[in-house]
Amino acid sequence: MLTVDTLKKTATATAVTAALLPFSQAQADTYKVDTEGQHAFVQFKISHLGYSYLLGNFETFSGEFDYDPESLEDAAVEFEVEVASLNSNHAERDRHILSDDFLDADAYPTATFESTGFEPDGDDAGVITGELTLHGETQTIEMPVTLVGEGEDPWGGYRAGFEGSTILVPSEFGIDMSEFPEPMRELELYVTFEGVRQ
Amino acid sequence: MWQNTRSGWGWMSIALHWLSALAIIGLFALGWWMTDLGYYDAWYNKAPWLHRSAGMLLLLATVGRLVWRLCQPTPRAEGSRFEAVAARLGHWLLYLALLGVLVSGYLISTAKGSGIDVFGWFEVPATVYGFANQADIAGTIHWYSALTLLALAAGHALAALRHHWWDKRLTLVRMLSAKYARRQ
Repeated sequence: MLTVDTLKKTATATAVTAALLPFSQAQADTYKVDTEGQHAFVQFKISHLGYSYLLGNFETFSGEFDYDPESLEDAAVEFEVEVASLNSNHAERDRHILSDDFLDADAYPTATFESTGFEPDGDDAGVITGELTLHGETQTIEMPVTLVGEGEDPWGGYRAGFEGSTILVPSEFGIDMSEFPEPMRELELYVTFEGVRQ
Repeated sequence: MWQNTRSGWGWMSIALHWLSALAIIGLFALGWWMTDLGYYDAWYNKAPWLHRSAGMLLLLATVGRLVWRLCQPTPRAEGSRFEAVAARLGHWLLYLALLGVLVSGYLISTAKGSGIDVFGWFEVPATVYGFANQADIAGTIHWYSALTLLALAAGHALAALRHHWWDKRLTLVRMLSAKYARRQ
């Protein structure tokens, strides 16, 4: 029950919090990546012999991010990908990519990304820096990302969605591509994901 | 003499037996060799295509062979009661391992829903697909059931030679000629 007394206390607490806010870590909202509704994709694009591109994606992953338009530099993101969920629409090729010739999914079943910083570039873009662990090796990578859109969804939630892409060099993660032609020694990682505010 | 009798195998069973033996050894050797081919080897795509095609023909032939086996008389086993039971068990284990290799191989190639092209003549459609890690699990089963099949087949061949040279029985020659099916 609200009494004058509790109201006063609340008002005092609010005033104190408001006064402290500029000095404290801003509390960005946490969003859960909507993998349940499949509004998120982790794709790769790699050259085939230098003649065309091969596209594939990882079907099973989870992610979370902190995002507050008022304090973009505090943005953070975490992803965990089940490597064996790779799909390029070709069972034998997928099995080959997952074998110890390439990703060695038995030995390294998960790939993770944990951001360490975010450099905003305008209101709806920036570069995220973080540690990508793939094939058991961790490298710092940078990925330019943009805000695609945010707002209320029709089902009572609040969503924000992003996309980003970066070039990865498999050999930096201990994956030997030297028997393949030059264009196949790097790949593009593309992610797009929608998060539901928690 | 196409059909089996209680005293010998008919030509149909003999032909299926030796064609299977040839196909099994050939497919094993081809499979062993092709999995080590480099991406730039001219056989990199062709060898698996031959392996899949021949494998699917062998699968069809094996289904036919089992149907034939079940609706035909089986020649009496020679030797002791123990030998007869062991032979029966061994033969069914051979069929089981053979089906294991063939079905698991089929499940690797069709794991993502595409069918298997057989020498460009027809396509065997995918039926069971989309399970998590299906190609990987089927691949492991394919390898171990192939090794089991080869080990069983080696034992099978040694037993046949032993019965022929040591026990002086008709076991081996009955699988070489259908004339023994005539002698009741």
